[in-house]
Amino acid sequence: MTVHQKLFPGLSLLAFLALWQGLAMFLNSPALPLPVTVAGVFWRETVSGQLPYHLGATLLRLVGSFAIAMLLGCAIGIVLGRHKKLDAFFDNWLVIFLNVPALVTIILCYVWFGLVESAAILAVVVNKLPNVIVTIREGTRALDQDLLDMARCYHFSKRKTLVHVIWPQLHPFVMGATRSGLALIWKIILVVELLGRSNGMGYQLHLFFQMFDVAGILAYTIAFVAIIQLIELIILKPLDKKSQRWRR
Amino acid sequence: MTDIQIHIKSKAYPAVAQAGHHLAIADFRLSLKSGEFVCLVGPSGCGKTTLLNMIAELDDDFDGEITLGEQHTHPKIGYIFQNPRLLPWRTVRENIELVLGKHQSPDIIDPLLETMQLSQAQHVYPERLSLGMSRRVSIIRAFAVDPDVLLMDEPFVSLDAPTARQVRELLLKLWQQRPHTVLFVTHDLREAIALADRLIFLSPSPMRVISEIVVPISRQERANELAVESFRQKLLHDHPAIKNLL
Repeated sequence: MTVHQKLFPGLSLLAFLALWQGLAMFLNSPALPLPVTVAGVFWRETVSGQLPYHLGATLLRLVGSFAIAMLLGCAIGIVLGRHKKLDAFFDNWLVIFLNVPALVTIILCYVWFGLVESAAILAVVVNKLPNVIVTIREGTRALDQDLLDMARCYHFSKRKTLVHVIWPQLHPFVMGATRSGLALIWKIILVVELLGRSNGMGYQLHLFFQMFDVAGILAYTIAFVAIIQLIELIILKPLDKKSQRWRR
Repeated sequence: MTDIQIHIKSKAYPAVAQAGHHLAIADFRLSLKSGEFVCLVGPSGCGKTTLLNMIAELDDDFDGEITLGEQHTHPKIGYIFQNPRLLPWRTVRENIELVLGKHQSPDIIDPLLETMQLSQAQHVYPERLSLGMSRRVSIIRAFAVDPDVLLMDEPFVSLDAPTARQVRELLLKLWQQRPHTVLFVTHDLREAIALADRLIFLSPSPMRVISEIVVPISRQERANELAVESFRQKLLHDHPAIKNLL
């Protein structure tokens, strides 16, 4: 990538800000506040501690539900990908859970288990889990049988086969599930918080909506998107780079 | 070292889609003495790889019996596949280290790398190796487990003649340092004569043994390509049916 190309992301951000500024000035409406107004709200909410508090609550739910969904999803996905009979037994259920609307599971979790933290996490996990299972199952089905035979022939233990033969092949699928998972989970968490929690981004956005405070909505949204971008930049991309270093 | 007794009554593949039921091997018997180097020569698709997979216990769906060594012992098998089957995300050295047993020292890798002239490439990932180098790594991997039985499935196929000859010589060097019972599959009659104590000629599927020929040339003489070629000519003259199997 040349120096000029490295400037492109910054330039596109500046172009977006300019477009936003122009459109907001043209409309001159509280429905689309100026970027500087949103920045002001962002600063005020950060200094008051409100934004870090609600953002932290949402991030904790995100980390918890994401970890549970990924661990369970990877384990179940590998098992279903390796065992045809089990896969056939659960396949219909997987399709059903993939298609149940997120709102239905959230409402049912709150109705059955009450407006508690565990119900909120469960609702998010139930929504994300089938997605991870399907992705990892497809990855497991595509495993290179020649390499598995090699591992078997040389008496690799189950752990060694998983770590050195299976997991590196599943890596692109796991990263795909991670990225789509982060994007999906935080959107579901907002609904979960909006319906049944007294803190978090969803709760706060609901308050801003009731007060028609678009600047507040945008300030919180930008904060969260920035965090997700940071996760991509600091964790996911280096992880990708390290695990793909063997490629030409 | 380990002797091998093989008696396969039948090995069949069930009908799948358009392909009907396929009888791959029928009433196949073969015995290998401990430390013997035997080459299997037969037409493409006759079931040679299937046989090696059955010996390596990668395929147990057959009617018959394969005995390696004494009963209740578990001889170590080194399998050099047709495709090197190296883990692309592990370096050359890591690929070899992974097959070592718990009580094996990684120190045995260095002399093997040296013999196969791969010391310089030990920290390289397989994608950066030529096919000849990858095949040499797979040979080292098989020797590293200190196998009792070595199975080799056309390990030099698709290598150019000088590279194949070089790798063949290196293989013989390793084998002479520590003789194992070897079952080597090839299409190349010259290669088979250059390597084997005994040649086994196989029929098209269902595979069975057509003839067994002991190679009477000493190991020293085989270094001379003319001696190998002369024996090949004699073999083809005395057994014209062999031509159809190559």
